[in-house]
Amino acid sequence: MKKELGIFVLLIILCVIVSVINPNFLAAINLQNLARQIGAFGIFSIGLGLVIITGGIELSVGSMMALLGVLLSMMLTEWGFPVFLGIIACIGLSMVLSLGHGLLITRMNMQPFIVTLCGLLFYRGLARFITKDETKGFGTVAGLDFLRFTANGNLLGIPMPFVLLIVIAAITFVVLHRSVYGRYLFATGRNAEAARYAGINTNRIITLSYVIAGALTAVSGIIFAFYTNSVSPANHGNAYELYGIAAAVLGGCSLRGGEGSVIGILIGTALLQVLRNLVNLLGIPSSLDFAVMGAVILIGVMADQIFTERRNRRQLALVRESAARDATPAA
Amino acid sequence: METNTPLLEMVGISKRFPGVVALDNVSLNVHQGEIVALIGENGAGKSTLMKILGGAISRDDGSINIDGTPVEIRSPANASSLGIEFIHQELSVLDNLDVAANIFLHREPTTGGFLKLIDRNRIYRDSDVLLKKLGLNISSRTSLEQLSIAQQQLVEIARALSAGARIIIMDEPTSSLTLTETRRLLEIVKDLKAEQVSIIYISHRMHEVEEIADRAVVLRDGRNAGEIQQRNEITHERMVRMMVGRDLKDFFKGERPGNGHVQQGAGFEVRKLRTQRYPNHTISFTVAPGEVLGLAGLVGAGRSEVARAIFGVEPALEADMSVNGVDLHIKNAHDAITRGVYLIPEDRRQNGLIVDFNVRENISLPNLENFSSAKIIDRGRETKLAIDACKSINIKTPSPEMRAANLSGGNQQKVVLARWLTFSPKVLIFDEPTRGIDVGAKSEIYALIRKLAAEGVSVVVISSEMEEVLGISDRIAVMHEGKLTGILNRPQFSEEAVMRLATGVEG
Repeated sequence: MKKELGIFVLLIILCVIVSVINPNFLAAINLQNLARQIGAFGIFSIGLGLVIITGGIELSVGSMMALLGVLLSMMLTEWGFPVFLGIIACIGLSMVLSLGHGLLITRMNMQPFIVTLCGLLFYRGLARFITKDETKGFGTVAGLDFLRFTANGNLLGIPMPFVLLIVIAAITFVVLHRSVYGRYLFATGRNAEAARYAGINTNRIITLSYVIAGALTAVSGIIFAFYTNSVSPANHGNAYELYGIAAAVLGGCSLRGGEGSVIGILIGTALLQVLRNLVNLLGIPSSLDFAVMGAVILIGVMADQIFTERRNRRQLALVRESAARDATPAA
Repeated sequence: METNTPLLEMVGISKRFPGVVALDNVSLNVHQGEIVALIGENGAGKSTLMKILGGAISRDDGSINIDGTPVEIRSPANASSLGIEFIHQELSVLDNLDVAANIFLHREPTTGGFLKLIDRNRIYRDSDVLLKKLGLNISSRTSLEQLSIAQQQLVEIARALSAGARIIIMDEPTSSLTLTETRRLLEIVKDLKAEQVSIIYISHRMHEVEEIADRAVVLRDGRNAGEIQQRNEITHERMVRMMVGRDLKDFFKGERPGNGHVQQGAGFEVRKLRTQRYPNHTISFTVAPGEVLGLAGLVGAGRSEVARAIFGVEPALEADMSVNGVDLHIKNAHDAITRGVYLIPEDRRQNGLIVDFNVRENISLPNLENFSSAKIIDRGRETKLAIDACKSINIKTPSPEMRAANLSGGNQQKVVLARWLTFSPKVLIFDEPTRGIDVGAKSEIYALIRKLAAEGVSVVVISSEMEEVLGISDRIAVMHEGKLTGILNRPQFSEEAVMRLATGVEG
C-alpha cells in the first residue's frame, strides 16, 4: 500500500491544481467522461499488469481491439449474430489468440516482446484485410441496446465502464493479492527458476496471465467499439497497449517482473486520463499531449525507484542491528 | 633452461573473505619455460591464488615479483600487460564473433587514423598464422559458435599467445574435453614450454599432472602444503597424500553418527538413474530411513545433476526409484514435492529462495494449498506457520516480513529447509548445504541434518568439503565424471579413500 501512496498523492495534487485553474474539471459532465475513459482503459490495463508481473509484455492490445471491433460489427450488423453470441465470440477469440501467445512464449521459449509485436502487426493487417480497409460501425442498428448501455450508459449516474472496472478490479484484487494463484504469479515474475524449484508450474502461470489479459482486452475492446460507434481498422486502438503499459508501470509494476498491484494500476490509469483531460482543460496545445505524459511517467517512476532503494537500505540496517543484538550476549 | 631469478614470485600472499581466511601466507615461484602444477582439494585456495595473479581480485598481504621486480596487479588488463594470461575453466570467448575478432579482442590493430577502423587484413592474416601454429585447421573467419569446446579453448590459447603471454594460467583446461582432445592439449602445453612460455596448470586429473608437470605445488586449507620438486617423483599416490593430510577439526563433536539410528525398512532406493549431463552412466544407490549418505566427488563429477534429476527440475533420461517400496514417478518438482522428496539446492539465492519475497512468503510457497481455503490464502495460518518455523529451527530474523535477501547465508539456508519441514519429508537432498555459511551456522545446519535423520528421514548430503562429508555421513558414495566409483562404509572412511575414488581410481 505504501508503494501506491506516492502516486496517489501525485494524482490528488494534479486534480487540485487543474480544478483550481479550471473549475470545469469538477463539472459533472467532465467527471463522468473522465470516469468512462478510466473505466475503458483500466480494464485492459489490469490484464496487461498481470502479464507484466510475470515478467512478460503484451503489445498486441490495440490491434486486437481493432480486429475484435470490426469482427463484432460484422457479426452483429452483417452476419446477423445474436448479441450474446457476438460477445462470447469476441472474448473467446481474444482468449484463444492470447493462449497462442502464451504457448509460443512458454513452450517455444520465444521472447514475449517479439511474439506480441508480431501479434500487433498481424492483427492490424488482418483487421484491414477482412474489412477491405473500410470503417465498420454499428450505426443505428436495433437490438444492440445492452452493448450501447454498457459503453455509454450510467448506473446511478456512474458510467457503466467505470462500474465494470470496479467489479473486475475487485475480483482481480482478490485473485492477485489474496489467492494462491496471485502468489504464484509474483513468485514466477520474481524468479521463475526458484518458483520451479518450489514446485510451481511456471509455464501454466505465465500462459494463464496472457489468457486473462486477452479476455480483459476483449471486454475493453467491446466498450471502445460502442463508445466510438465506428471502428476504423487502420486507426482504432492505436497505441492503446502503451497506455496500458504506462499505467502499470506508473502504478508500481516493474518490467523486470514480480512487482505490482491492482490498486497501483487503477491509480496509474486514472493519472494518465487526468493528464489527457488536463491538457484539454488547461489549453495546453494538444500536440504536447504525449510529451506531458512522458514527462510525468518518467518523474513518477524515478521517484518510486528512489523510495524503493531507501526502503531496502532501512530494512538491511534493521537486520544488522538485530544481528548485533543477538551477538552481544554471546560475546 | 631455468634461470636463477624466477620469472614469477608470489610471496606470503594472504586473502581474507568475510568469515573465512581463503589464503594464508602462500608462496609460489614459476621459472621461465616451466610447467608448474597447482593442486589441492576443492576450496584449498587454488582459484583464489590464481584470481589474485590474474588481477580479478586483490590480495590483502604479500608481494608479487616479475623478473625480480615488484609489481601491482590491479585488473585483468594489468595482468595481461605483464604477460599473464588466464584460460578459464568456463570459457570466456564471445561466441557471436569470429575467431580473429576473439583473438584480437580489445587489442585490435587499427588503420584510418582517428576513425579507428579495425585492420581486418592484419587480424585475419595474423590469426591464421597462430591457428596453424596451434595445429587448429580452421579459418580465422569461422564463427566461434561453430567450434567445439576444445577448439574454442585453443582460440583462447591463441589469444593469450597473441597478447604476448609469458605465463599462461590454465584452470581445469581438460574438464570438458574428450580423451583425444585432452591428448592434443597436453601436446600443445609441451610445445608452449619448448617456446619458453611458463604454464601454471590447475587440474584434478592426476595422470595429466604426472605427465606434463615439472613441479607440483600443493595447497591445503589456504596454505602451502608442500611441493614435489623432482619430475619423476610426481606420482598420483604422493599427490593425493599431500592434498589431504590433515586432521579433522572438532566440528562434529558429540554428534558423530553411529549406526544405531539407521532404521529398518527400504527407505530411498535409486535403482537406475541416467542424467542428461552423463547419459552413458547409470547411477544406483540406496539410503535407509534415518541414514545420511554423503555424496562426494570433485566439482563437475555430476553430483548436482543427480540431485536435480531426482527432484525433477532437470528430468532424468531414465529413472527407476522408490521410497519405502512405493515407486516414484517424478517428471517435475511438483511430483517430487507431493511424494515427499525434497531438494535444498546448491545455489540458494538463484534456486532455493525468491530473495525479494519475505521469509513468510518463502516458507509457505510450495505448501500454499495447505494454508488456504478455496484457494484464498489464510494469512493468519501462514504467518503462524512462518513464526513457528523460525522458532523451531532458530531462523534469526527481526520478523517473518523481512525480505530473504537481507538475511545471512545461514539463515537463508534455514528458510529453504523450513519450507520442506512444513511437509513431512521422506527424502531430503542437501546440495552443498554449508557453502558460504559461517562456522556457527554450519554446526547448526549439521545438527539439523542429524536430527532429521534421527526422525527417520533418508538424507543425502552432497558436499565438496572433505571434513563435512566425513563428519556427517553414515556412508559415502563417491562420483567421478558421471560415474559412481564407490561407496564407503564408516570403517573405510578416510580422506585418502574418498580422494582416490574421486580422482577416478576404482575402489
